[in-house]
Amino acid sequence: MSGTDLLVVRGLVAGYGAAPVLRAVDLTVPAGTIAAVVGANGAGKTTLLRALSGMIRPAAGQVLLAGEDLRGTPVEQLVRRGMAHVPEGRGVISELTVDENLRLGGLWRRDRADAGRALDEVYQLFEPLARRRRHLGHQLSGGERQMLALGRALVGRPRLLLLDEPSLGLAPRVVARTMALLRQLRDRTGLTVLLVEQNVRSALAVADQGVVMSLGRVVIAAPAVQLRDDVDLRHAYLGF
Amino acid sequence: MDRFVFLTVDGLSRGAVYAAFALALVLIWRAARVVNFAQGAMAVAAAYVAYTVSTATGSYWLGFVVAIVAGLLLGALVDRVVMRHVDHASPLNPVIVALGLVLLIQAVLGMVYGSEFRPAEAPFSRSALTVGGVAVLSPYDLFVFATIGVVVSGLAWMFARTPVGLRMRAAAFAPEVSRLLGVNVGGMLTLGWALASGVGALAAMLVLPTELGLHPHAMDLVFVSAFTAAVVGGLDSPPGAVVGGLVVGLLLSYVSGYAGSDLTPLAVLVLLLAVLLVRPGGLFAPVAARRV
Amino acid sequence: MPPREQLDDPGGRPVDRRRGSTLLRHLAVVLAAGLLLVAISYSVEPFRNFQLATVAAYLCATAGLTVLTGLNGQLSLGHGALMATGAYTVALCQTAFADRGMTGGWLLPLSLAAAIASTVAVGAVVGVAAARLRGPYLAGVTLAVAVVVPALAVTFDGVFNGEQGLSVPVEPPPLSLGPYFPYERWQLWVTGAATLLALLLLANLIRSRYGRIFRAVRDDEVAARLAGIHVARTQVLAFVVSAATAGLGGALLAVLAQSVSPGAFSLTLSLFLLMAVVIGGLGRLTGALWGAVLLVALPDLTHSVTEMLTLSPAVAQRLEGNLPLAIFGLTLIVVMIAAPGGVQGLLSRLGRALLARRPTRRS
Ligand SMILES: Nc1ncnc2c1ncn2[C@@H]1O[C@H](COP(=O)(O)OP(=O)(O)O)[C@@H](O)[C@H]1O
Ligand SMILES: [Mg+2]
Repeated sequence: MSGTDLLVVRGLVAGYGAAPVLRAVDLTVPAGTIAAVVGANGAGKTTLLRALSGMIRPAAGQVLLAGEDLRGTPVEQLVRRGMAHVPEGRGVISELTVDENLRLGGLWRRDRADAGRALDEVYQLFEPLARRRRHLGHQLSGGERQMLALGRALVGRPRLLLLDEPSLGLAPRVVARTMALLRQLRDRTGLTVLLVEQNVRSALAVADQGVVMSLGRVVIAAPAVQLRDDVDLRHAYLGF
Repeated sequence: MDRFVFLTVDGLSRGAVYAAFALALVLIWRAARVVNFAQGAMAVAAAYVAYTVSTATGSYWLGFVVAIVAGLLLGALVDRVVMRHVDHASPLNPVIVALGLVLLIQAVLGMVYGSEFRPAEAPFSRSALTVGGVAVLSPYDLFVFATIGVVVSGLAWMFARTPVGLRMRAAAFAPEVSRLLGVNVGGMLTLGWALASGVGALAAMLVLPTELGLHPHAMDLVFVSAFTAAVVGGLDSPPGAVVGGLVVGLLLSYVSGYAGSDLTPLAVLVLLLAVLLVRPGGLFAPVAARRV
Repeated sequence: MPPREQLDDPGGRPVDRRRGSTLLRHLAVVLAAGLLLVAISYSVEPFRNFQLATVAAYLCATAGLTVLTGLNGQLSLGHGALMATGAYTVALCQTAFADRGMTGGWLLPLSLAAAIASTVAVGAVVGVAAARLRGPYLAGVTLAVAVVVPALAVTFDGVFNGEQGLSVPVEPPPLSLGPYFPYERWQLWVTGAATLLALLLLANLIRSRYGRIFRAVRDDEVAARLAGIHVARTQVLAFVVSAATAGLGGALLAVLAQSVSPGAFSLTLSLFLLMAVVIGGLGRLTGALWGAVLLVALPDLTHSVTEMLTLSPAVAQRLEGNLPLAIFGLTLIVVMIAAPGGVQGLLSRLGRALLARRPTRRS
């Protein structure tokens, strides 16, 4: 199995000041799978993603992406290693147009022709965006912003997608569509997804692996099916 | 009427320079949330370098190019060596550091060049051509308009149409997200400082021949006028800076022509206060009252 | 020590319940400083007396700027212009008195009072504008004031005599002090007395309710407003107080130099003052003292240095005029980056570190 593990995290410790938020997190995400990280508010899920993408510097531990140690890699280099991070709140730049936001996602790429193709594909995937190319980010609805953030990440053709609460503030129908899209991307392109969610049901429905975080630690990592079906586990950690 | 035409053209010509200088202020403000109070001193420093090169080689144009290059380098240097290390938690801090730079740069210039006025030559005649008996504009005015027109539209094109312009805007609006998307935000900031300082140097090269000449303090009042122009247009708006520059240039030209040139400094102060107290976001800002 | 009192005062000294004794303590300190000054004035040469008097004049201005920028959080790059206001007022008053052949010891205090009054008026105007402005906008406006106001001396040269400036006729020391009383000693007495009086008032203001209100507005305007503080009025008040002392400082400088000209109150002076309070340590009157000392000592020091080096007169002159400026500017940058608390902040940090170590050494 370990040969196909895209992301391996070992003993990751990170935080914002003196007291660490993450206390020795271990995590493995096989290539081409979706891992859903769930847990209470303040458990450290966002902090985990920020530490993975280097927005906060880990105090200890190891992050391997396809076997390569990411320690010391500047944030802006991570897209070049194949990691895309859609942050909490989505990070749509509201002063830029839809088209500019999307193009920004592929600007780092040397292969300009393929960057153009990726852009076209995203427009095909999210038709509402194609209709609103010239609109500014702040003129979009919540669902359109979600598409824009996701599409901007996809323009970079990532191997690993870090998604922080994509369902936040969206209608159930839109959430369902997003989850379906993630599954579709996994199946068609082999995309690996680390999905942080408060919306446990939808996340576990689409995920291959369920990871439960509590107080800065991973307390369970198990096949999503098992988490879905094990009533005791659900009661103990997920409260439903 | 002749006088009015003359003053208008003269005002637009000065205004074009203020516009460029104000644009430089706005560039840094948007990128770094710093009003670069050292911009006048930095621009004078570049002009002194040009002076040295021009007197040594006898070529105005070599000096002109060197001034702009020196401006670019000085801007990058100020960002890398100084501004990057300032704690921006309080907005006072970068302002104070910029003022320290003013003292330092002006003192170094004073030590190297002394504080007597040096001649600043104009590459074209400054006497006005007459059209139908009316003195309209000089070849130098034309040169100023053309240069600033090229620079302003070049910058506008760069920001709106090129990848690097997109990166710079993204880095200014959302530094964290931009880094996640692979933008070298620190590099964009340095580039912004370099560009702004280069434009400032260009403006100094254009305005100094119309002033008393080269002096460590030669840009002090120009800075105040350009700051006023930037405030008139709204510190966040590059087109506003251009319009603001022209407005300030015209106003000063009329005041100087009809009321006496001694009154222009006072007119700048009054305009600045009036704009800030009445429309703090600038004349072109949406009406929503914003605390500044 | 009751904790509430500590909260009120960053220095950790009690504020509220012992206001009476605070006044007494300040009075005692000022009296002691006055006696010390008199003693010094007898023991050092006339030139040092003059330098000390200059320090005292600058101290007025730096102390006022400390109250404004350090305590109230308003940046002013225009204090050089406020000093010019005081200086020109004193020049005009003294000239008017001299022209009318008036003499008497009360004339100079009257001129100084007029200088303060006129600067208060100007400060109120700028302050009302300043209270509506923040950050770079405030800095820009006060910078404009600093650049434009000295230029007015040329604009209205009928009154202010352009770049030439005005002379300030000052009477000799009173005869009761003896016929050979050195003039510089008298200058130190006059400026020292005026400055100590100003400092006494400022120190009490800082320790009073107003001082706390100033700080509250600086720390968090919204919270201050919610606590019922009238923010704009507080800011205008701080500006006026600060202007008054700056005006006094400028007036004293004019009296010392016996002349005023716009060149003496350029933008550079305003930047000097700011630099002095930043290097001294924003928000502490002791920091203002450090700053004022630096303003006088550093040019003196560079003068000595350039004299030691054998340089051509032209080069020496360039260096002498500009080296202090360069050092000031560099220091300002380095201090802001490395030690935002300034000299006084460093000293108190050092002091605290020493104090903190003492108990452990005993145990
Ligand atoms: N910028 C920050 N500075 C300090 N502490 C923070 C910061 N962001 C989050 N925290 C703290 O870190 C802990 C984990 O937060 P977070 O990772 O956002 O949790 P989650 O995403 O699981 O809700 C919380 O206790 C939170 O208070
Ligand atoms: Mg979160």
